[in-house]
Amino acid sequence: MTAELLALLARTISGANVRWVDCEPDTKQRIYFANHTSNLDALVLWAVLPPEVRVLTRPVAARDYWAAGRLRRHLAEKVFHAILIERKRPTAHDNPIRQIIEAMDETGSIIIFPEGGRFSGPDPMPFKSGLYHLALKRPAVELVPVFMESLNRILPKGEVLPVPLLGSVTFGTPIQLLDGESKPAFLKRAWRNIVKLRDL
Amino acid sequence: MNMKIDTETLWLVGGVLALLVGATVVGQFLRTRMRGGEGLKTVQNLNARIKAWWMMVAVFGLAMMTGGIGSVILFGLTSFLALREFITLTPTKAGDHRTLFWVFFVITPLQYWLVATGWYGLFAIMIPVYAFLFVPIRSVLGGDCDRFLERTAKIQWGLMVCVYCVSHAPAIIFLGIPGYEGQNGKLLFFFVLVVQISDVLQYVWGKTLGRNKIAPNISPNKTWEGFLGGITTATLIGAGLWWATPFTPLQSAGMSLAITLMGFAGGLVMSAIKRDRGVKDYGTVIEGHGGVMDRIDSICFAAPVFFHLTRYFFT
Repeated sequence: MTAELLALLARTISGANVRWVDCEPDTKQRIYFANHTSNLDALVLWAVLPPEVRVLTRPVAARDYWAAGRLRRHLAEKVFHAILIERKRPTAHDNPIRQIIEAMDETGSIIIFPEGGRFSGPDPMPFKSGLYHLALKRPAVELVPVFMESLNRILPKGEVLPVPLLGSVTFGTPIQLLDGESKPAFLKRAWRNIVKLRDL
Repeated sequence: MNMKIDTETLWLVGGVLALLVGATVVGQFLRTRMRGGEGLKTVQNLNARIKAWWMMVAVFGLAMMTGGIGSVILFGLTSFLALREFITLTPTKAGDHRTLFWVFFVITPLQYWLVATGWYGLFAIMIPVYAFLFVPIRSVLGGDCDRFLERTAKIQWGLMVCVYCVSHAPAIIFLGIPGYEGQNGKLLFFFVLVVQISDVLQYVWGKTLGRNKIAPNISPNKTWEGFLGGITTATLIGAGLWWATPFTPLQSAGMSLAITLMGFAGGLVMSAIKRDRGVKDYGTVIEGHGGVMDRIDSICFAAPVFFHLTRYFFT
């Protein structure tokens, strides 16, 4: 119930116009990877998924942001079930990749922002290698590129109060890691699949 | 503020409902005749538009029934949604964020509060004077001078068109017209009806007889035939509705002509902005029509002119 309400609120604030381009909503296991410009991204991407897909999908989010303060922690842990990862100092036993794989085996799909932080330049930043390691460990999982637009104008970095502009979320054709594809080649291809959706 | 529902109001409402029923019947009939291709697409879009019209008429009717305040709230929300579409389309920067917060959550509600309280003096100058000065002041505190004039001008323009201009429509309710007390709801109804029927008739004339494009670079769907046919028939309809207004038939025709010409101009100007930004519609909320801004572009330009003509000559 609270989850439904939060999703509705997120969709209302972001006014998100959702498009599925050569990709249909599906409950099969997927990794949704998206560009990252605003703290709203994880919440909005999760909220625009159909309810039956949403319950199987957990966003990967930064622990330093979402575990700060009781409300955020409550939302992240109890409502949208974020996988909170340590992005500042990953150690051998606090390894985000292992944590994410465990969560995937448990619930299903995840949402990930491979730039590793929020950037609002004209292009997304080059991807960090996390996406590649996930694809390598679970090669059968579909990787769905998602382009999110205008959310950084709704809630820019460093701001607390959102302005109600209209965001848009575009889902593109799923990709997979090819046999023998190198890490840089794969990451570049994944990156291009997101940029392609912007220019659509 | 007190509005009674008299026989004239019922005639207006009945007429609109009859029109919608007629349009629905024609739309469904056309659909059975179409076998596919371009024609079918047009008819499907037509039917989506008619369906949306039912919704819009229902919402507007409900707002009217609550008396003045419902109309103020309805137009306030309309302004809010239109401004949302407008600002989304015009590039602002992070330095404008706080300004935009004020624009959406303080200035817009304040303007409609001024409408509701009938404080004409401040209603008329709040946005053109105080918001005009406030916007650049708040933005300059954001400390980003890149494209400063452009960003500021866009926010001010959005406020003027989406909020200030639109707010003149519900303000019609608060005009004190001698001999017409308590009946202003009908005048608002008359205004919205003439603006919208003119849009519809321009569309119908354009789709059926349109040959010669009037502004091919700006709005490829607008034709001379649509313009002349739509303006003429809408003006005649407006003149024929004089009994619901404080005007004589001739005055009613003159008012309708002013409304329809301004409405046409508004549609053209707002189209130019869309073309410049490389989009076809301002939004997607109203099926078949596009966004809120696509539906009210003609109201934006017609409302202040109709309001002031009425205020100057009839109060």
